[in-house]
Amino acid sequence: MTARWKVFLIAGLVLAVIAAAIYFPMLRKRVKRAAKLQQQSEEQARRELAQSIAVNPSDPRIKAKLFWASDTDNSLLVPVTAELPLSLDPVLRSKQVLNTLLAGPVEAEQRTLPPDAVLLAFYLLPDGTAIADFSEALATSIPSGIASEQLAVDSIARTLEANVPQVQRLKILIHGQEVETLAGHLDLSGTFVVNTKPVQPLSKPLPAAVEMNQPAAPAPANNKAPASGALTPDKSTGKLAQPESK
Amino acid sequence: MLLEVCNFMRARTHSLFGPFSLALLGGALLSPLAPSQPQQSLPTAQPPAATPPVSSQAGAPGQAPFGTRAPSGGLNIVVLDPAHGGTDPGARGTGGIRESDIVLDLALQVRRALEQQGFQVVRTRQGNENPSFDDRSAMANAQRGAVFVTLHVSSTGLPGTVRAYVNSDLPQGTDSNGLIPWDRAQAPFLGLSRKFGDLVQGFLTKRFKGSPDVAQTASERQLRTTAAPAIAVEISSITVEDRSELDRMAPGVADAIARGAAAFRPSYVVPGTPGGLP
Repeated sequence: MTARWKVFLIAGLVLAVIAAAIYFPMLRKRVKRAAKLQQQSEEQARRELAQSIAVNPSDPRIKAKLFWASDTDNSLLVPVTAELPLSLDPVLRSKQVLNTLLAGPVEAEQRTLPPDAVLLAFYLLPDGTAIADFSEALATSIPSGIASEQLAVDSIARTLEANVPQVQRLKILIHGQEVETLAGHLDLSGTFVVNTKPVQPLSKPLPAAVEMNQPAAPAPANNKAPASGALTPDKSTGKLAQPESK
Repeated sequence: MLLEVCNFMRARTHSLFGPFSLALLGGALLSPLAPSQPQQSLPTAQPPAATPPVSSQAGAPGQAPFGTRAPSGGLNIVVLDPAHGGTDPGARGTGGIRESDIVLDLALQVRRALEQQGFQVVRTRQGNENPSFDDRSAMANAQRGAVFVTLHVSSTGLPGTVRAYVNSDLPQGTDSNGLIPWDRAQAPFLGLSRKFGDLVQGFLTKRFKGSPDVAQTASERQLRTTAAPAIAVEISSITVEDRSELDRMAPGVADAIARGAAAFRPSYVVPGTPGGLP
């Protein structure tokens, strides 16, 4: 009798092992699939967050100038003209041109910004100071070096200068934080001069190239020419301006 | 979440540095408004910095303590800054070569070349440590009659070329006491830095074809807080197949920096003397 029970018990255990051997890989596959799905949805959410700029088809198609690296000398910037439907609102327009800049040129060699970097937010203060908040990839994926970091910031500043005359100065944040350097070299604690000319209507010719990529002069205290469509209410630029008063 | 806390802490420390930003660069930058201020008080006004060893040409034992050296007038010290170090390797090549290692070895060669030209050399780091930007600047700001050279290796650019950089324009200005704020310490020296940078670039370009003719402009963090004629020298590039390609450039770079510094000597005016600042 006991021998019979033993046989039953062993048979039962063997069956359980076989069942488990079949079921476990299935379970693993399912877990993997679920994880992948989550990753995808995260990626999707990131893209949605970053590229929430609605392109209005009724916007006039304008020849935008984008500054990428030259294909002959990758330490120089060259303007590339692209016809884009650009909004008249300076904030939306800045987002559109910066996203195009981030999306990159056809030739990967001409890239100035890492392909995985995204623009998280863009604000324009009434005094013409723009605040561009990029994802951490801008700092972590960029080739470290004075030349490469300066080129990245120049391409952003010059693209804004060429397409959004309302932007006078640019402050770059990384993931919402003020950082000391981009990737160990380029100073991000101050603002960069984008336009030195006063704000003018979009229909007028864009200002000519000016000296840029330099930490800005003190922000003017009086906001004489509030840019239309600015997201932020009238406030002083506070600690975001070059720390003059310390 | 933890990351955010860290970021917040970092931001806090950064803003806490505020009070230091007025740390006075006294001695070297005394304005005519405060001519009687004792210059010996200068080192105490600096943010804390490790005492850098000064290697004198003669190697005289028992040197005067740091910061108390009597200025003999003119340019006699070069502060060499091998960038990065410690946990920050800087640019990294595919073969595992690190910018922080290459510039440390380069600094040794530059030091030797400078000493042959009669300069004393202060290095901001001697080994694999990573002083802060402010600590490195403080080592230069505590010297009188010094220029500052920070050494880098780029990630991009034509291999075999070298670029000298000077800081972009900074808003000039002094506070109500006529003192220069720490965070814009480079501002009064930009003219001298440009002259020094162009001289060094000239010697570099003679040897490394394809390099630019004049010094470039960049918002380089290390230069901004340095109260001395200051340049960055960046070698292209970390993408070389083999480290030996960069090492072969070292003697040429060292020679160009030493010749540039020697050629800059006559243009150098000791800041602090009346009308000395550009």
